[in-house]
Amino acid sequence: MDYVILIHGDESFPAPAPGSPEFQQFLSGWMNYNAELRASDNFVAGAGLQPTATATTIRRSFGVAEPTITDGPFAETKEQLGGFYLITAENLDEALEWAKKLPVPAGSIEVRPTTFRADQM
Amino acid sequence: MSSGELTEGGISAPPVRGMAAALEAAIREEGGRVLALLARRYGDLDLAEEAVATALENAVRTWPRDGVPTNPGGWLLVAARRAAIDRLRHEAGQTRRALGAAGDPTVAVGHPAREGNAVGWEGVEGTPDGRLLSGGVIIPDERLRLILLCTHPALDRDAQVALTLRLVLGLSTTEIAAAYLVPETTLAQRIVRAKRKIKAAAIPLSLPADLTDRLEAVLSVIYLVFTEGHFSAGGDSLTRVDLAAEALRLVGLLDGLLPSRPDVLGLRALMTYHHSRRDARTDGDGELVLLDAQDRSTWRQDEIAHANALLGRAMLAAPPSRYVLMAVIAGLHANAATPEHTDWASVVSAYDSLLTLDPSPVVALNRAVALAAADTPAAGLRALESIAGLRSYHAWHVARGDLLARSGRAEPARAAFADAVALAVNESQRRFLQRRLRD
Repeated sequence: MDYVILIHGDESFPAPAPGSPEFQQFLSGWMNYNAELRASDNFVAGAGLQPTATATTIRRSFGVAEPTITDGPFAETKEQLGGFYLITAENLDEALEWAKKLPVPAGSIEVRPTTFRADQM
Repeated sequence: MSSGELTEGGISAPPVRGMAAALEAAIREEGGRVLALLARRYGDLDLAEEAVATALENAVRTWPRDGVPTNPGGWLLVAARRAAIDRLRHEAGQTRRALGAAGDPTVAVGHPAREGNAVGWEGVEGTPDGRLLSGGVIIPDERLRLILLCTHPALDRDAQVALTLRLVLGLSTTEIAAAYLVPETTLAQRIVRAKRKIKAAAIPLSLPADLTDRLEAVLSVIYLVFTEGHFSAGGDSLTRVDLAAEALRLVGLLDGLLPSRPDVLGLRALMTYHHSRRDARTDGDGELVLLDAQDRSTWRQDEIAHANALLGRAMLAAPPSRYVLMAVIAGLHANAATPEHTDWASVVSAYDSLLTLDPSPVVALNRAVALAAADTPAAGLRALESIAGLRSYHAWHVARGDLLARSGRAEPARAAFADAVALAVNESQRRFLQRRLRD
């Protein structure tokens, strides 16, 4: 079973400045997590996202041939999608274990089973 | 299951009653166990449920004719397993036909992936203590996994309650809907949605290495079912299942599956104490009777003794958990011959400990009321008025009115009761308060 882990957080919360000891700690948390996940059989893919200010949204509507393109994410929310993983796991409990281990200090992490994987069709 | 369903077969009354009782007992006692075993074995809840339903239908048909089997659980297990295999064979046949192949080895019945453990279930026997044996080997009781599945944190609380009652206790959707006064379609939808999520998200029938967190959810669900039954018990309940009794059955089952766990024992003791007072809690008109005014001669002493024994075992572990402390408090009340005989100082100190684990204003309110009895109404009043965050809660104003009245301050007491009336959420509370206002 494959699951996507969607990491939502408040992107306005200042990240530690590069070079500070906090930044080192922040970075090593993620590096350790990624190393552990990739060493397991569970890792498929994952990425961190740039801030929503860099997002561009394409919207399609029924019956309209040309999509509209707008600056920014499709919805203003208190927490923004900041990154994701695609993992494969025996069951939901195993997926939740990986999600719980993420070095995220605050925010919400959504775990969703997938219907299919584009690379396995 | 009512005996009426069976009389249609033209069977005379006394055996039918015995048969209906035997069937109902088998469903209640063994249905959940057989379901848990099949779900574990085939990893498919729907298949397991359907197989158990078929087995029960067979029982309804054949037991009146052939008599109740000596080992009803074993009989149901064998029948349900046969039904599951029939269904798998049928599915495999359909797949074969769909593939246009005579014998595709990958869809063979009894494929290891779908027939998990190795214990054979032919010739199942029962033991005097209710366990099931196959070839002298104990068939494991898988109900703890089923309970943990039903109360999985990925399911919302309402779904957890509905699934537990349906799958573990074997109540019908109709019975659960009636007990919770919700439309049957709503309840059925809730169960369907939960089962769909279990399947789609692959929520497992697993036993986590550390049960503590998961057990907390199980205990919450049990206590929630109990309080629903305990506090909503009305006289109109000929057809309503007794949720308090069902919750006691569930906690007893859990206590059997996880023996000597203080939190389980504590909850079981707490519920047993509360339940021992069921005849005294309401008067002839169905109105609530407060603890102080209850007729203590109707409290079930045998059940109080049982609760005392459970609590004694729960207290062997230190420090006591939340449910154990709640049971201690319930026990201090249950073992007092009159309200005046209550060891109020111990009640207050149990509330003090409880507050360290559960610093909620409602616990603080109960502590203030106990303090008024242990010390003086004025001391209780001071404690009560120092609690923040309860000004919109009617019980706070009731307690305040009561303590003011007992301090001889009639006018402020009247005003407090009037505030409480304005905040009461249901008619029975309002009627109760209006009685107080008249007194």
